Amino acid sequence: MLAQIRAFFAEREVIEVQTPTLGRTSVTEPQIESLRTRDGAFLQTSPEHYMKRLLAAGAPSIYQLGPVYRAGESGRLHQEEFTMLEWYRIGYDDQALMTEVAALIDGLLGPAPYERMTYESLVGAVHGEPTELDLAYAEAVEALGPLRCFVTDYPASQAALARVRGDGGDARAARFELIIDRVEIANGYHELTDAAELGARMAKDNQRRREAGREVMAPDGRLLAAMAHGLPDCAGVAIGVDRLVMLAVGASSLAEVVPFADR
Amino acid sequence: MARYATNEFRAGLKVLLEGDPCSILENEFVKPGKGQAFSRVKFRNLKSGRVWERTFKSGESIEAADVMELSMEYLYSDGEFHHFMKTDGSYEQAAASAAAVAEALPWIKEQDVCQVTLWNDDPISVTAPNFVTLAVTETDPGLKGDTAAGGTKPATLSTGTVIRVPLFINIGDVLKIDTRSGDYVSRA
Repeated sequence: MLAQIRAFFAEREVIEVQTPTLGRTSVTEPQIESLRTRDGAFLQTSPEHYMKRLLAAGAPSIYQLGPVYRAGESGRLHQEEFTMLEWYRIGYDDQALMTEVAALIDGLLGPAPYERMTYESLVGAVHGEPTELDLAYAEAVEALGPLRCFVTDYPASQAALARVRGDGGDARAARFELIIDRVEIANGYHELTDAAELGARMAKDNQRRREAGREVMAPDGRLLAAMAHGLPDCAGVAIGVDRLVMLAVGASSLAEVVPFADR
Repeated sequence: MARYATNEFRAGLKVLLEGDPCSILENEFVKPGKGQAFSRVKFRNLKSGRVWERTFKSGESIEAADVMELSMEYLYSDGEFHHFMKTDGSYEQAAASAAAVAEALPWIKEQDVCQVTLWNDDPISVTAPNFVTLAVTETDPGLKGDTAAGGTKPATLSTGTVIRVPLFINIGDVLKIDTRSGDYVSRA
């Protein structure tokens, strides 16, 4: 599967990059914890920050295929270390990127139709207390059944690093996820390019972290500087490769397909 | 009493849920990529035997239950309670209610060693040994020569329980019985 993925991008002239898995800073995401080394560096939870710095420095469309780390995530569909495929397409929006994601998946798992649902139609709500929305989302995903479904139009409060369209109560994130057979496979954005907005979201993330009694994370100053310099209009997406392998062979847990799994 | 956080949840852990002692059967880690992590937990209520499912936010905790599973010898019934004794040489006794002993009672006789679940030292459930030997007190006369395969007939055991037995079994025969299925195994 790794060879097939590389062949897919070689054909489309997307360039493979390899950015550090160890960094001085990490994400401020309120619900993602980074593993930390003894001298205070962080194992990266995704290559997003480094890849965006490359794009801001003038890189063309790029992809990375390699390990990422998330502290405390261990279970049937989670491993603290897992393999992530992440790519960025300059000039694409979320719609164009979904089409490319489907082409890749069709090549890896065989062709199948893709449903489309908005977050609101899947979950039944788009405003509410974050924990309740997350639980409703997790349950709705599991209730989807054996199909491929792009979920779109996330709540603006869950934009992460996607741009937001619309105003007030109608604001929605230009974010999508791909669910296959009840498993979250991909998460993509029409990327936010506004450095001031990124800084404000990082501060808001840290406010939520503080309220939840979690460690406050230093914002990635180099990413903010790169975005201020200018991130080109682009769309990006990350795919859990171990989960894809799991689906491809009909396994029901990562431990069945990942050598040396946590459990 | 101690508390267990979601990251300590393991199959077999004994906890208090809504005031009842429960044993954890399964704990599944559930987390949307960017969202809150949850533990979806299946419990067996040790009093009712029912399976409960509950979802907790990661980091939440629940109270531990003082539950022990011990081998205990069945001593006697006083009509209301059923008395059991520890087999560790302490001769300590515990009295089980009719509800706690209901599933084991059709199969056990005095001196049988059972698995007793104690909550705060009080028996809440009793499991009969997998195999027991009980005498037949009532059945139709055995059919001579019919010792091989054939039909079955009802037989009443010394505990009052009725099971299906082969046609050749007679009153007074002692039988080995699988208590999990309630099936006749052999003559003891």
